[in-house]
Amino acid sequence: MKRRDFLKLAILTLSGISIKPFAHLFTKPVFADISIQRTNKGLPRWAMVVNLSICGKKGGCTDCIDACNRIHNIPRITNPKHEVKWIWNIPFDRVFREQNFDNMNEGLREKSVLVLCNHCENPPCVSVCPTKATWKREDGIVMMDYHRCIGCRYCIAACPYGARSFNWKDPRPYIKEIDKGFPIRTRGVVEKCNFCEERIAKNLLPACVEACKEGGLIFGDVNKEDSEVRKILSTRLSIRRKPHLGTEPKVYYIL
Amino acid sequence: MVEKALKGTKRYWTWIGFLLFLILIGFVSYLFQLKEGLGITGMGRDISWGLYIANFTFLVGVAASAVMVVLPYYLHSFVQFGRITILGEFLAVAAVVMTVLFIVIDLGQPSRVFNVLLYPSFSSLLFWDMVVLSGYLLLNLFSGWYTLDAEDKEEPPRRWVKPLILISIPWAISIHTVTAFIFSGLSARPFWLTAILAPRFLASAFASGPSLLILLCYILKKFTKFNVGKEAIQKVALIVTYAMLINFFFLLVELFTVFYSAIPDHKGHFIYLFLGSNGPGMLSVFMWFSIALSICSLVLLIRPETRRNESLLPWICSMVLVSIWIEKGLALLIPGFIPTPLHDIASYVPTLPEVFITLGVYGIGGLIITGLFKIAVEVQKSKEKRI
Repeated sequence: MKRRDFLKLAILTLSGISIKPFAHLFTKPVFADISIQRTNKGLPRWAMVVNLSICGKKGGCTDCIDACNRIHNIPRITNPKHEVKWIWNIPFDRVFREQNFDNMNEGLREKSVLVLCNHCENPPCVSVCPTKATWKREDGIVMMDYHRCIGCRYCIAACPYGARSFNWKDPRPYIKEIDKGFPIRTRGVVEKCNFCEERIAKNLLPACVEACKEGGLIFGDVNKEDSEVRKILSTRLSIRRKPHLGTEPKVYYIL
Repeated sequence: MVEKALKGTKRYWTWIGFLLFLILIGFVSYLFQLKEGLGITGMGRDISWGLYIANFTFLVGVAASAVMVVLPYYLHSFVQFGRITILGEFLAVAAVVMTVLFIVIDLGQPSRVFNVLLYPSFSSLLFWDMVVLSGYLLLNLFSGWYTLDAEDKEEPPRRWVKPLILISIPWAISIHTVTAFIFSGLSARPFWLTAILAPRFLASAFASGPSLLILLCYILKKFTKFNVGKEAIQKVALIVTYAMLINFFFLLVELFTVFYSAIPDHKGHFIYLFLGSNGPGMLSVFMWFSIALSICSLVLLIRPETRRNESLLPWICSMVLVSIWIEKGLALLIPGFIPTPLHDIASYVPTLPEVFITLGVYGIGGLIITGLFKIAVEVQKSKEKRI
């Protein structure tokens, strides 16, 4: 092959490849529609309410956390640097630092508060991801594709809630009982709470909500007027984490 | 021209051997990291970027700073920069290659790196950084190489070289701006969330890159007959002086806003950086050391007698380099993460394999600089012979 021909061919090939990203402009995005329940006319908007006046009454209860860890094959790594967490407890004064003041109720200050991915309406993690490995679904759930993620951890830097975990090592040896219903992640990818989208698809409540026998967690579609979450949010005062950032979290806390 | 890099004295080959040794150690450590995962580094869930990204940021600056010699030479026909310009372009090539390597070794799944091209996300600054960095690499490689090639063949440079060089000038600004935007657009990290970050990055780049260039020129002068000329070095030193001044000014501007407004979320990071959490930690010591170095070097640079002192200048440049390597390396990254979004304190110390891998990347950069500079030196030599 002559040098000129080779160059021609190379340029042609490269330009062919470079068109690819734009090809989707002419096709409609295809979503896995099966997982979206059409409970009313519009799309659902999933939200969770954590009722802090109920949650924590049973001292040291971790039923919700355990349920989540079990069904999502979350490794139990003792080294705090390498921990993987989807839902966990933190003292109130660290979750809601801006609500802190001197002489505040000590019980509230030290109260354990459940934290998880907020499934933001405007998720900063999604805009920074260079491969669209994390994206917001039409029903608002922020998803992770463990097979596309390159492990750059830009989303971890972008999340204002510390809700994302990276697999610093192979998680498999740290999982006590493997649940075959959910994928085990590989080392080198990011993961986080998925609002139990795999259960929502089957018309089930998220595992944490189901596990809470006291009813401290309420989950539902805020777009549905008669849903429980909608009723609570429209009648009671609720707070969200770092609302000033404009991320519009969909996990609400009532005191 | 490549063959010119393959002939050399024993000393040349010993140096190459040393670099290859560094690369080998780095490579073996990297294989270990590939097998075990990034858990072998000092990074963790709170400080999730470390030494690799710190060096990445620093080196993007070095790469961008080539513009400080290219611009005066090509736009203002500043002839004294004739020889140093080619070195600046080649330094940029090596620096960009290192930045790309630092990104790749920081990935948890490096084999999937091409997903960035397969599923590009135009809202991600990391995607744009990849675009501008690879473009900048090609621009500098082609313009440097073909300028030298023309000199070697005693022909006028090809017609398309000059436009490439002109494009590379704004392009250099873009690579460091985009790199700053990676950080300064994150609402989650108040330490980085400041519009002054990109200007600060550029100022510190135009101090650190040219300092490194001056040091390399001194090394070339010592070991070869290649001399860029006193005039050129002094002009570059002047550029370093102004850039250092502006960089220091920008730091003070940032500190004013943070401490006068006294918003706890912003202040917390700076207090951690300068004072530590429970008394000064390693990071605070480093930061004060960096500030001390930059003040000392500024004093020495501003005084004409010391700046013009040829035996002092390499030391001043080394001070500038170390100061900025700390300032926009770990002292930029760690306080961004600490206190964490959950108001926690964590610590980060790079591990030995992490340091080896980093040194390995610098070994590759060193090898590229050595090879390219060697070619430049040989072209010059044969040109002088002909005269």
